[in-house]
Amino acid sequence: MSALTDLNRRTFLTVSALAGGGFALGIGAAPAKAADGAVLSAWIRIAADGAVTIISKNPEIGQGIKTALPMLVAEELDCDWNRVTVEQAMLDEGKYGRQFAGGSMATPLHWLSMRQAGAAARHMLVAAAAAKAGVAANELTTAKGMVRHTASNRQWSYGELAAEAARQPAPDPGKVKLKAPEQFHIIGTPQTGVDSARVLRGEPLFGIDVRLPGQLYAVFETASVPGAKLLQASLEAARAAHGVVAVLEIKGSGTPDVLVDGIAIVATNIWYAEKARQMITAEWTLAGKGQGSGDFAKQATRLLDANKGSDLRRDGDAPAKLAKAAKTVSARYAYPFLAHNTLEPQNCTALYSADGALELWAPCQAPQLGVTLIAQHLGIPASRQSVHMMRIGGGFGRRLMADYMVQAAAIAKQLPGRPVQLVFSRADDLKRDFYRPAGWHGFSAGLDEAGKLIAFTDHFISFGENGKPMRSAQLNPAHFPAGLVDDLLYTQDLMPSVIPTGPLRAPASNALCFAFQSFLDEVAQAAGKDLPQLMLELCAEDKVLGDPGDASRASPAFVTKRARGVIEQVLKDSGWATRKATKGRALGFGFYFCHLGYFAEVADVSVGKEGVKVHKVWAAGDVGSALINPRGAEAQVRGAVIEGIATVTGQPVTFTDGAVDQRNFDGTSPPRISATPEIAISWVKSDTPPSGLGEPALPPVIPAVTNAIFAATGKRIRALPAVV
Amino acid sequence: MEEPVQTYTLTINGTVQQISATPDMPLLWALRQEVGLSGVKFGCGAGLCGACTVHMDGAPVRSCQTPLNSVGNAKITTIEGLAGDPLGERLIRAWLDIDVMQCGYCQAGQVMTAHALLRETPKPNGAQIDAAMEGNLCRCATYPRIREAIRLASGQEAKA
Repeated sequence: MSALTDLNRRTFLTVSALAGGGFALGIGAAPAKAADGAVLSAWIRIAADGAVTIISKNPEIGQGIKTALPMLVAEELDCDWNRVTVEQAMLDEGKYGRQFAGGSMATPLHWLSMRQAGAAARHMLVAAAAAKAGVAANELTTAKGMVRHTASNRQWSYGELAAEAARQPAPDPGKVKLKAPEQFHIIGTPQTGVDSARVLRGEPLFGIDVRLPGQLYAVFETASVPGAKLLQASLEAARAAHGVVAVLEIKGSGTPDVLVDGIAIVATNIWYAEKARQMITAEWTLAGKGQGSGDFAKQATRLLDANKGSDLRRDGDAPAKLAKAAKTVSARYAYPFLAHNTLEPQNCTALYSADGALELWAPCQAPQLGVTLIAQHLGIPASRQSVHMMRIGGGFGRRLMADYMVQAAAIAKQLPGRPVQLVFSRADDLKRDFYRPAGWHGFSAGLDEAGKLIAFTDHFISFGENGKPMRSAQLNPAHFPAGLVDDLLYTQDLMPSVIPTGPLRAPASNALCFAFQSFLDEVAQAAGKDLPQLMLELCAEDKVLGDPGDASRASPAFVTKRARGVIEQVLKDSGWATRKATKGRALGFGFYFCHLGYFAEVADVSVGKEGVKVHKVWAAGDVGSALINPRGAEAQVRGAVIEGIATVTGQPVTFTDGAVDQRNFDGTSPPRISATPEIAISWVKSDTPPSGLGEPALPPVIPAVTNAIFAATGKRIRALPAVV
Repeated sequence: MEEPVQTYTLTINGTVQQISATPDMPLLWALRQEVGLSGVKFGCGAGLCGACTVHMDGAPVRSCQTPLNSVGNAKITTIEGLAGDPLGERLIRAWLDIDVMQCGYCQAGQVMTAHALLRETPKPNGAQIDAAMEGNLCRCATYPRIREAIRLASGQEAKA
């Protein structure tokens, strides 16, 4: 992926003086060709009074990026973190480079460039002090926003130096000296989120909080089956309802990720819009007949029975090895569709001016996508659009889609001069989701006399057409244990579907880990060992293999040594070796590598009259050499673990004839406080640049819980949610 | 079919406000879109998530399930109204010290519910905390730190 290699491109600086004696510095990865123009990835402003402003370019979805990336800048700038103000950037990818929140990518993408920005600014401040004091730069030191000349006992604040710094030649940021890790005083310290206090004062930071003069509120009524077309509607009663300003038929593009057909009800208050919506009768095309959860399951069973999948990966001759194996294990696994359930429903505020400009306030993980889609489908050029990147009340991948931006723009375009805020009801949000796809697996494994895994096959059933899986419905051919078992076969069958799918936190991995690690637990049992033992055996040799995570991602590879590191750590932490399963309570284990992070987790689970209870989870993670904000890092792990457990004990979404059956949280039951276990986290440091934490801690807890249920009850959980 | 608009005089965070709206308008939408208080959040519209929790005469209510015509003379307090309230300040301080929030969307509702808990039960135990907070969803699952912050605000050790 080109984004990763951006770090290796030549970087450069731009410097400008600020009114009042400050200076501003931008740093970016220069495109390979100079003609591509400047790409800035960070901005720092230092005012004459010493106040430091750092621009945060990426969307904040609760992953803490608005705190973590500026910490990187501040570290190398050597300023006082308590005097830093972080400012959210507008969407401007020409200036900042890519602005998205996804794939746990921000940390690996910015670990160097953000620090280089800070170091370059520090370099120029030191140069300014050297010029001012008539001393050599190497006689000067910096700390907490001050440059100090110890020999003469003089010091200057960054504010005093800012004007002079702006006149200094900009260094090559690729060559500025960065701190050694032992010099860090901001990186690695626990910091509270930069906006936390404002959130707790109720300040309007979220997309749904936007309130402009004369603002109208809209709901968007669509078919219950995604992508169905509007045939006819009776709108008169709604138009006459109190508070209603307009009722508009919106013609879609036919695809849910761009724009579906619908009826927008625009009113002075969302309540009036919702009430008027009830007065509409509409007729839609029948698009999803026979596409229900049960229908898909039956079809998947037929495909598994037929066993004629097309090859995804064929190493050696696994079927022949299976036929000759001393022992074989076979099992089928299944998992359901899941909804995102972001607590802030999808929304977007749009203002279309009579002169053709569009201003958007969008809580979106990938706002540039929205701009592109609006340009393509509504004919408003990207150059006429501006996007405020609002704080996001939960992303989890749902907001990597930009459908709500297109909808808001389509509505606002018909009401020039009036700001319109589109808000999904909870039922809309469930109905117009891009769901984690369901999936089915038919596994077989062969063991030799010594209990060694000698053959492994998976027949994977998912959604898609013509060999192309739908979004997040893929099995990466490099998936574990590929590359570690000589004779291995992955095959695939795809079923067409009208139900849109999309990334949900740890996409693909959140499903595959359950299936693979649960089945491997069965294999380990058949071999007379336990899963961590089998995993350590498979990873015993130092090897570097392809990435089993998202197939679209660059693959800096799976390193067996790092896997062993977290497995051994979690075994130690959880007292695995001396564990005692009692009837109804036991430990279970799971491991996964995705999004560059390694996690091994152990769950202490009991199964009783009240169902499955997770008492404690131990998580050991390796995300490289450093944690930027340990407090944020732990929060990500805890949240991922609790979310993972909920996929075992909570409720999925189901479909009948293409329409989702659930309408609110009573149907999807996201995790609540009482189900929250104690979570103990250990970090294993390794000598690689830090990677992200939004996702990799989630997958392994799922098989850890299901494997614990087996250990406690003897009942294998081969389908989610668990039925015990 | 259409309900007439009425004018309601409400005391919100100590200030008297007049709202003209239909009697069935939930307090949630009146506070957010008529008064302009953004701290109270819309999550489900069905009393299932607690993001819209406000106080009526000190008791936590789901403002999405509270029509304007049921408010009467009750005094409304939102997260914005906790500024200056000693218990409210203590809770917010604890929330920041523990750094509870991730996305933050549910947190005003969490704090309003915790406020009501600590007024009734100044030093709640773990079971009492869970029982009081069960109705407030946090999709980021900040629950471990919600527990810690409530303990801290109630003068107990944050870690159980």
